[in-house]
Amino acid sequence: MADGHISHKQVEGIGVGVQTHVHHEEHHHELSFLRQYVFSTDHKVIGIQYGITSLLFLLFGFTLMMIMRWQLAYPGEAIPLIGQWLGPDRAPDGIMLPEFYNQLGAMHGTIMVFLGVVPLAVGAFGNYVMPLQIGAVDMAFPKLNMMSYWVYFTGGVTMLVSFFLPGGAANSGWTSYAPLSVIATVGQTVWLIGMVFLITSSLLGSVNFIVTIVQLRTNGLTFMRLPFFVWAQFVTSFLLLLAFPPLEAAGVLQLMDRIAGTSFFMPSGLVVSGVPLTNAGGGSPLLWQHLFWFLAHPEVYVLILPAMGIVAEIIANNTRKPIWGYKSIVFAAVFLGFMSFVVWAHHMFMTGMGTVISTFFQTTTMIISIPSIIILTAFFLSLWGGSIRFTTPMLFALAFLPMFGIGGLTGLPLGLSAPDIHLHDTYYVIGHFHYVVAPGTLMALFAGIYYWYPKVTGRKMSDVLGRLHFWGSFIFLNGVFMPMFIQGLAGVSRRLYDGGAQYAHAQSVLQWNEVMSVSAWCLGLAQIPFIINFFWSAKKGEKVADNHWEATTLDMAATTSPPLAHGNFARVPEVHRGPYEYSVPGATTDFIPQHVRTESNVERGEHR
Amino acid sequence: MNIPYTSTARLDTGLYNAKLGIWLFLASEVMLFGALFSTYVLLRVNAPTWPHGYELLNVPLATLNTIVLISSSVTMVMSWASLMMKKFGKFKLYMGLTILLAFVFLVVKYFEYTAKFEHHLFPSTNTFLAIYFTITALHGLHILGGIVVNTYLWGPGSKMWQNDPQRFTNRVEVAGLYWHFVDLVWIFLFPVLYLL
Repeated sequence: MADGHISHKQVEGIGVGVQTHVHHEEHHHELSFLRQYVFSTDHKVIGIQYGITSLLFLLFGFTLMMIMRWQLAYPGEAIPLIGQWLGPDRAPDGIMLPEFYNQLGAMHGTIMVFLGVVPLAVGAFGNYVMPLQIGAVDMAFPKLNMMSYWVYFTGGVTMLVSFFLPGGAANSGWTSYAPLSVIATVGQTVWLIGMVFLITSSLLGSVNFIVTIVQLRTNGLTFMRLPFFVWAQFVTSFLLLLAFPPLEAAGVLQLMDRIAGTSFFMPSGLVVSGVPLTNAGGGSPLLWQHLFWFLAHPEVYVLILPAMGIVAEIIANNTRKPIWGYKSIVFAAVFLGFMSFVVWAHHMFMTGMGTVISTFFQTTTMIISIPSIIILTAFFLSLWGGSIRFTTPMLFALAFLPMFGIGGLTGLPLGLSAPDIHLHDTYYVIGHFHYVVAPGTLMALFAGIYYWYPKVTGRKMSDVLGRLHFWGSFIFLNGVFMPMFIQGLAGVSRRLYDGGAQYAHAQSVLQWNEVMSVSAWCLGLAQIPFIINFFWSAKKGEKVADNHWEATTLDMAATTSPPLAHGNFARVPEVHRGPYEYSVPGATTDFIPQHVRTESNVERGEHR
Repeated sequence: MNIPYTSTARLDTGLYNAKLGIWLFLASEVMLFGALFSTYVLLRVNAPTWPHGYELLNVPLATLNTIVLISSSVTMVMSWASLMMKKFGKFKLYMGLTILLAFVFLVVKYFEYTAKFEHHLFPSTNTFLAIYFTITALHGLHILGGIVVNTYLWGPGSKMWQNDPQRFTNRVEVAGLYWHFVDLVWIFLFPVLYLL
């Protein structure tokens, strides 16, 4: 830390943030507790609200999976500890019913994606960090921002309540394929209503994000000077804005099918349990899949892009080098955004939609792997020759690279229609996308939490607990997901209630179920140091300086901590350079913040 | 706290915040109705038989509604133009007319719906009626949303004209953009559902 003090001449104004908010207090009305912390319009408070809510949902969704893993490892045995509390219609005598297993599966996916990862990556990090990084006083529409959180919250509560309905929560998978979902129990209706809330929330959020980035950038902050994190949020917002409405339409159509008796997704002549349905028929189950995946594929990039943004910030900061190929990764991210709208049907190779369409979508799928590889390669090259500081956030960010690499590369065989015939709907698919989202995105999100924690609280999280958390998570995440490739290649289907115990072809890989389950529970234990760290450090953590990481971006360099609900900047900073000016030759410090004016700026005739 | 560019445009983008916001919102609305129109196309090309809209639906009433909506778009523009010319009284008149025409549209729609129900034509009858009811009902909800916003701007919201006329004019412009979009959706709906 603190190698080299900053010469006053070179960097006037580096202390913009430190000189702080003396003037600010005067014309700031005292807000009531409710307006300041609950119904706040301040983007930082909303970001924290999103963060805590989504972390709780992540824990809840993970718990559902830990319960499922018991049934997969020890099918038909009573669940220990909590089994007796689940009730007779879920687990009589502690033994899980197949119907309950299906609920857990559907809700694990839904909660992790729509209530956990996206709200944490976009709602929390986007809301808190993005306006700070662009030197904005707040989001463009603060009230809309508050509304977007509370609509999300309502959607989350709706999803939770659905567990207590007759027949339980939705049980047709997180994809809710019709016609199964149309004839499912009432939980599916509530799932659809919950989804409408979540879609509305992300719509409000994405409009807000784009307008904020376009309109509220501070002076001198051109688009090509934006930190990559902001670019990632920008592209992500467009994906949310344009990909979610078709799912909203699909949700409305499925609601109509379930409530008004229409047949949008119901084919003619459907017989359920030996009884012919009375629907008019004439609908198309494939239509649901098209509409669903038109959202859900861009959604994958919604999950991954903010993670890449976080990793870019942390790698630049901890290698003390500019990100390698800044322009390449920006253009790659934008290209990725466009391409993500034309790959959706690679989820549907096995639906019989025809070889011509399959060929088209496997081609676009191969093309979309290119920008991801560009970004990942740029990150790897950024490490080259850097003086790497192995801080806790950096460990998580470094782990993201190979983990996301595995997730991405294992996707290639799935994107080609021929190998997909074998791998479709097996545990291989589960392994593939979990590597992208869990050891990939979640690692990056943890990195982000450790990285921005000092900015939010003014205190640093404990490194000892952080390392414990890191190694535990890293080892056990791989323990959970690596065997899935083995099982999947052997042909074990992803939706089996007993983990494949009654299938002959699964016998040789059955022993992995126990390994994965024990890993999953150990992964749960490995989160305990994080939970302790999260709360303990807020009160007792080491107090650190405003720019603890010696970063160049405005969020770290130009604000005080913690600036909660009190405006962002004592004086709105101006930007004079690109986002990652680390180790500039000839400079007295190894980082020059974006808002600092040096002599070279003066020489080039830049004013003020 | 003052958010910049709420009433004046940012120089390099030429936009005030809400104007960019409403265009983005409309882009997402295009995707929403685009998905529904795609549904219509997919269901129709896969169906062995498909009724012509004019056999089941009331074309004269829908034509009347088309005229009503287009007129309401004109009055909406006039209300905004009146504000630009600083004529608040005329704004009140034209905005009032816009709201009135929107109500006329919904009342006509109500009679159309009940006539269908009386003939035992329900969303569950066939997929054509299913998509007809879904898409027009969703459009009707958009009209209702427009009425709520416009009524607010006509009534309590118009107080803003006294202390921030520029921002109020912007609000009316933004509401107008939304209103024209809802109108435009109907202009697509009418031939697709009633005439083809």
